[in-house]
Amino acid sequence: MADYQSDDKCFNVVGSRVIRVDAVDKVTGRAKYGADYNALGQLYGVSKYADYPHAKIKSINIAKAKSLDGVRAVLTHENIPGEKSFGAITANQMVMCTDTVRFMGDVVAIVAAESQEIAEKAADLIEVDYDELPVVSDPEQALADESPRLYETGNLCFHHKVRKGDIEKGFAHSDIVVERDYSTQRIEHSYLEPEAVLAEPGENGGITIVGTLQNLYNIRRVVARVLNLPLNRIRLIQATLGGSFGGKDEVMSSICCRAALLAMTCGRPVKMTNSREQSMRESYKRHPYKMKYKVGLSKDGILQAMEIKVYADAGPYSAMSPFVTWRSVVQATGPYIVPNVKTDIYAAYTNNCYTSAMRGFGSPQICFATESLMDELAELVGLDPLEIRLKNILTDGSTTATGQTLNHKVSVGEALNIVSKKADFKARWQENRRQNINQVIKKGIGLSCSYRGVSLGAEGTDAAGVGISIQTDGSVVVYTGLVDMGQGAATTISIVVAEELGVTVDRIRFLNADTTAIPDSGPTVASRTSFMAGNAAKNGCAELLKRIKPVAAEILSCPESSLEFKDNKISSRVTNKNLDYGELAAACFRKGISLFSHGWYKGPTTTWDEHTGQGDAYFTFVYAANLAEVEVDTVTGQVKVTRFISSHDLGRTLNLNGAKGQVYGGVAMGLGYALFEEYGQDDGRPLLENFDEYLLATSCDVPEIDVIFIENPDLLGPHGAKSLGEPACELAAPAIANAITNATGLRVRELPLTLERVLLGKALSRKETRGSLKARSRKQ
Amino acid sequence: MSSDLTPKIKFRLNGIDMEKEVPAGWTLLRYLREELGLTGTKCGCEIGECGACTVLMNGKPVNSCLVMAPQIENASIWTIEGVTPPGGTALHPVQKAFIECDAVHCGFCTPGMVMTTIGLLLQNKKPDNSQIKQALAGNLCRCTGYIQIFEAVRLAAAMISENDMRPFRENISEN
Repeated sequence: MADYQSDDKCFNVVGSRVIRVDAVDKVTGRAKYGADYNALGQLYGVSKYADYPHAKIKSINIAKAKSLDGVRAVLTHENIPGEKSFGAITANQMVMCTDTVRFMGDVVAIVAAESQEIAEKAADLIEVDYDELPVVSDPEQALADESPRLYETGNLCFHHKVRKGDIEKGFAHSDIVVERDYSTQRIEHSYLEPEAVLAEPGENGGITIVGTLQNLYNIRRVVARVLNLPLNRIRLIQATLGGSFGGKDEVMSSICCRAALLAMTCGRPVKMTNSREQSMRESYKRHPYKMKYKVGLSKDGILQAMEIKVYADAGPYSAMSPFVTWRSVVQATGPYIVPNVKTDIYAAYTNNCYTSAMRGFGSPQICFATESLMDELAELVGLDPLEIRLKNILTDGSTTATGQTLNHKVSVGEALNIVSKKADFKARWQENRRQNINQVIKKGIGLSCSYRGVSLGAEGTDAAGVGISIQTDGSVVVYTGLVDMGQGAATTISIVVAEELGVTVDRIRFLNADTTAIPDSGPTVASRTSFMAGNAAKNGCAELLKRIKPVAAEILSCPESSLEFKDNKISSRVTNKNLDYGELAAACFRKGISLFSHGWYKGPTTTWDEHTGQGDAYFTFVYAANLAEVEVDTVTGQVKVTRFISSHDLGRTLNLNGAKGQVYGGVAMGLGYALFEEYGQDDGRPLLENFDEYLLATSCDVPEIDVIFIENPDLLGPHGAKSLGEPACELAAPAIANAITNATGLRVRELPLTLERVLLGKALSRKETRGSLKARSRKQ
Repeated sequence: MSSDLTPKIKFRLNGIDMEKEVPAGWTLLRYLREELGLTGTKCGCEIGECGACTVLMNGKPVNSCLVMAPQIENASIWTIEGVTPPGGTALHPVQKAFIECDAVHCGFCTPGMVMTTIGLLLQNKKPDNSQIKQALAGNLCRCTGYIQIFEAVRLAAAMISENDMRPFRENISEN
């Protein structure tokens, strides 16, 4: 095994409490978000959405809309100069529909007008004649031969599998074989800031778009192909992002194309801002999963075999579904040693809202299933939830379901023990079961744990760049193609640069991403930013230090090895002399030494055999355990989460404030997933459109949250750091579900755990939510 | 402006007396953002659920998406831009507390959170935890899980003096 202490050293900035670099702009209202950008003479762009979840377009009549006073352009797919559809793997997402609409958020036409009101009125005047088609709304049924089809090739979007050992032998050797089905709901990212862009035709026949952009280079590729322009004519600038959570990618590609088409047609800037209703209608969601687990175990609770079948609802477009479901297939057994595994995950096309990346990326669903399952298995063999987990948990040197040997510190058992000890789990779990009898308010405690692959893994090439420019006064400008969407990347990357160069964080200015300023660094996804950009920043700083150290040594008349770069000063341990960073930078500049470097980092190689589902899927993993305590009101079914403990091995804490914040926010998001959130659809039609019915956790719903970090520095991570953003949000729901079962004795296998599910074990048959859109439209 | 204008009305905005025609069919939120250029107030849902558009109206936090622009006649309105005087670098203690506690993540809810906090502290100088939670219940945050925001409100309560709050009280009694 590797020596984990080798990277241990004293840090100046890493791991300390650092003020978020963008905080002052944000508390003063000066930070400019997408909708805050305006241009003189701008037009307003509005989209005409589909009237049916699945229909043939017979005709689109834009005459009335076009003749409305103040309308400057009405465009349909016929006006697209380049490719009409896009997608990372399968290019089937339509910018504007050609002959078929496949979900309610599809766009059939777009309008630009002198005011928002005129544009909206014009959109209403567009007449579209449809022939309705049968709606596909269940991902499992979608794959049946008799199902209506969204595409001629069928409704299968992607199929991933894992084959390990001999599943039949595994079941034959088991004392107990059980089957359990779990399901999770479709949820909305609910970034508080709806989508907004401003597109301006540029001087060189190109276009500049500023807005709510998470993955600028993906979006730029799409805009270039749709507009039929070279990449270098498209400039995308990231506005300060009001949250994203994976959500401002494909939907932004589509909106950017629409705004750009209108702007190019009219030769004027075009602003497109989604209302919350429009955002909920057209932006992609987290995949609902139907998960079927068949598990064999010995009577002492040792897992022998798992056969897993999962149906993921992709909606009508491929988007990131193949990648999302790939992470699920890798992690489908949970953090346990299972000798025989057969997993099949199918992503299927339906006419529901399309689904793609959302914080967790295929793990929250899997975690809900595996962690509920472990509690159920414990009950069957007479163990407690901690015992059964520890009996099967991955440890140093274990082999995962995909045949990967874990050659690093595997701390999931440690995390479980930490949270359990902190809350006296074993005693409390037993005690609750005894004391809850005859109580109206019943108490529960529940556990969950996970392992998670860091960064993209075998999904694709993993590389990132960071530009670092020392100014002649010793201040520093840092820019990268990876973005701060609120998670604190700007601060974390600044911390790495500050540590390496020996400057203080307040001397660093981190610029928002701009496609003309820095090469493609891949997407800001997969909790990869600290790891990838952190390493790239380290490389860039090392390059700069190599250039400026000789100059410092010359000025201070000392050997290079005696130099210390710290707190904006360079000192020599030999001569006791000091040099201001600005003086050194200016001296380097006078000598013609470049003070700019571009640090690049390519992630280690991963492997994957898609036929067997075997390989070294990720270059490293993170581990976590959560514990929830709840009170369940058995009169109303209301669940109150009273305490939460979240323990994560993040390798090394780079940004302490940011790290804690990631966990708090992740837990709150997971709590919403567990108890409230659901983007309900009925036959492809959305049942809600705003936060009056889509319920997020409020200040009154969150409990006390204890965060406990474990630091096992990773050999590859910057200063040993790995990742945190997504693991923080994948484990809350199962911990809460298990706590509810501890309280009530009832197991609910579907999310969300609404009042009626908690009380009755099932949802009441209600297709319409409170004052739902459907009820409203019927009245009209 | 594409909406009909009212006759001139008087109001006080961020401590400055104004007399203006305002668009009759617009919300205060839209008037602030699109006519006065005060984009610090954010638009998240336009139905009064998210609280991102919170401003102070006569010392009380209101959702500016639920107030029609003409309704500000004779009222005192404070937006986030008024909390730090223009060009000034001196932050208000509430802003300092939000920074100190890392209660700012994506920052989209932050202006509303700051205004709600000021509104709370105008009414209640030493709110307890439950009063803080209740006061913030109308301000959604998707990033922070609220924990650091609670800490910020507690810290702000400990730091503020009457001087910090006086501007926001001005002309409340006059109406």
